[in-house]
Amino acid sequence: MNHTLQKKQKKALWIMALLGALIIASLLVSLHTGVIQIGPVDVMKTIFGAGTDRQELVLFDFRLPRLVIAILVGAGLAVSGAILQGVSQNGLADPGILGINAGAGLAVVLYMYFSDGLNTSLGAMSIFIMPFMALLGATLAAVLIYLLAWRNGVTPIRLILVGIGVNAAFGAALIIFQLKMNPRDFMQATIWLSGSIWGTNWKYVLATLPWIVILIPLAMYKARFLNVLNLGDRLATGLGTRVESERRILLFIAVCLAGASVAVAGGIAFLGLVAPHLARRLVGPRHQLLIPTSALMGALLLLVADMIGRNLLAPSEIPVGIVVSALGAPYFIYLLMRTN
Amino acid sequence: MSVGAQKINKQEYEKQEAKGRPVVASLIIIAGTIAMLLGMAASVSLGAADIDLKTVWDGVFHYNEELTSHQIIQELRMPRAIVAALVGGFLAVSGSIMQGMTRNPLASPSIMGVTDGSTFMIAIAFAFFPGMTYLGLMSFSFVGAGLGAGIVFLVGAFSKGGLSPVKLALAGTAVGALLSALSSGIAIHYEVAQDMSFWYAGGVAGTQWLQVKFVFPVAIIGLALAFFIARSVTILSLGESVAKGLGQRTGTVKVLGTIVVLLMTGAAVSVAGSVGFVGLVVPHITRFLVGLDYKWILPCSAVLGGLLLVMADIGARMINPPYETPLGAITALVGVPFFLYLARKEGRGL
Repeated sequence: MNHTLQKKQKKALWIMALLGALIIASLLVSLHTGVIQIGPVDVMKTIFGAGTDRQELVLFDFRLPRLVIAILVGAGLAVSGAILQGVSQNGLADPGILGINAGAGLAVVLYMYFSDGLNTSLGAMSIFIMPFMALLGATLAAVLIYLLAWRNGVTPIRLILVGIGVNAAFGAALIIFQLKMNPRDFMQATIWLSGSIWGTNWKYVLATLPWIVILIPLAMYKARFLNVLNLGDRLATGLGTRVESERRILLFIAVCLAGASVAVAGGIAFLGLVAPHLARRLVGPRHQLLIPTSALMGALLLLVADMIGRNLLAPSEIPVGIVVSALGAPYFIYLLMRTN
Repeated sequence: MSVGAQKINKQEYEKQEAKGRPVVASLIIIAGTIAMLLGMAASVSLGAADIDLKTVWDGVFHYNEELTSHQIIQELRMPRAIVAALVGGFLAVSGSIMQGMTRNPLASPSIMGVTDGSTFMIAIAFAFFPGMTYLGLMSFSFVGAGLGAGIVFLVGAFSKGGLSPVKLALAGTAVGALLSALSSGIAIHYEVAQDMSFWYAGGVAGTQWLQVKFVFPVAIIGLALAFFIARSVTILSLGESVAKGLGQRTGTVKVLGTIVVLLMTGAAVSVAGSVGFVGLVVPHITRFLVGLDYKWILPCSAVLGGLLLVMADIGARMINPPYETPLGAITALVGVPFFLYLARKEGRGL
């Protein structure tokens, strides 16, 4: 028993190392593709400090922060999804489907709307206010869904149905405010809501980094509770877990991760669903391994999707959220058709 | 009371329910139609230029070309009121048929990917065929509505263990997400996003006689077909095996029902865009009022749906004048709490 566990752990470590290598590889490929072509050799030279000023500017000030954000957001959404799937004991849960992203999106659009349109709101302070607004919206949505689904406890099915309903309500509110914007802001808001990594400088990285760096290790620390919760509420209580309070803490972590991610990358749907599923296939259902693997998988998927979005119809850019939806939704439908 | 007696009582009750309540139903049809006509009159008289009801009467029945108010009535407000009533009726009837056929309380046009399918086709029309005629756009939207519903149906058909209500809701969401991702991609690339949003969120504002002419034949065919299969839908709503046992060819009924649904939602979406939740809420209310006989449910839900949408359209103009509030947002305002109520109630059994 112990032996197989160790073997599994070893395998998981190899998989994580492989994912890490893939992330670095796609990072390098991403760095050299784009409107301004910089060859692979020049990319290497620039990284080691031997590039021209122009190359340094493009790589370090435009491309690298964007890629770092893709990695952070991908990891954040994937872990958020993994936690939600664990807590709701439902493989189809995802912050986008549950309406948490929509709540964060509504809060941010309201903030944009009331702070004189999109452009002035991108001042120095608002970069740091945005994650909090998104977080507020996400938390409100989550609390709303949790309360509405509450009826002597929360069942996974009710949670999902209520989430779909709340999602529709936020969608209706969004369209009302969007139609009041001028065409330019409207376009920006549409792109933002579709999910797009628009915060492409180091300030955004700085605003996102603390959330991810604190919350993902916390999620890993709490992973054992997720395993216990999966055994069912009664058994978990019998094993000495304070079920309801642990569930709330875990939900809160998931909501914070989703909110912080939505703040810099908009409503990216299906990533939180697909990444944990793929990770589970690779390393099994134990959350100690599942959560870090999901994080790496999410980062890799978002990097690749971003690369596709930037290059498929270049020079115009497809928002990364659309790429993720176009790839993720069929996978979701496939999962849906397979489950009984 | 013993369990047995309760069971018999329940059976009695269900028998009573299955027969329907013809008196209540007739009352609803008569009173509902009157209320709807009054609502339409109010809808014609209210707006940026207030026109009193007497002028409305004259404008409709003694049209005088030289009066501006008569022109407003004839050219702007009448088609709008008529289309609102028709669209409400369409959505409610197709919702009723969907819920009856699938025995699924959450089945309704808005969660079946219908609107997203139509958005997708409209995006293609705006992006690749700019300057397309109104009729062309409506046909595209019609085809798109069929496309969306068709994909969701296919997912259901190839799904392990059929489509439970929850799976249907999820499949509708996922197919909708896929189609809307594709249409946003097109819209952003070709910069037609806001044109599309206005086309959709506008509801029935700016409706012309052309649209009335477009949907009227569909209405006649669809409604006739719906009433033709009403009896079979009642039997089918008792369960597929019961229907088969009674000698019904369930396949034929399902195909006819699907045609009705596609015709009616296609027409509704093509003239009014995304108007959610009417097709979900009205059938439930109607069943609660008139029982389970679809011979009565269909006409009653048509009348109630029309009434609801005429009222919602008046609301859309009154809430924030002179701006129009999107019609879909108002129906969502009514519909979402109802959906949540159903989700809470059905959450146990599903």
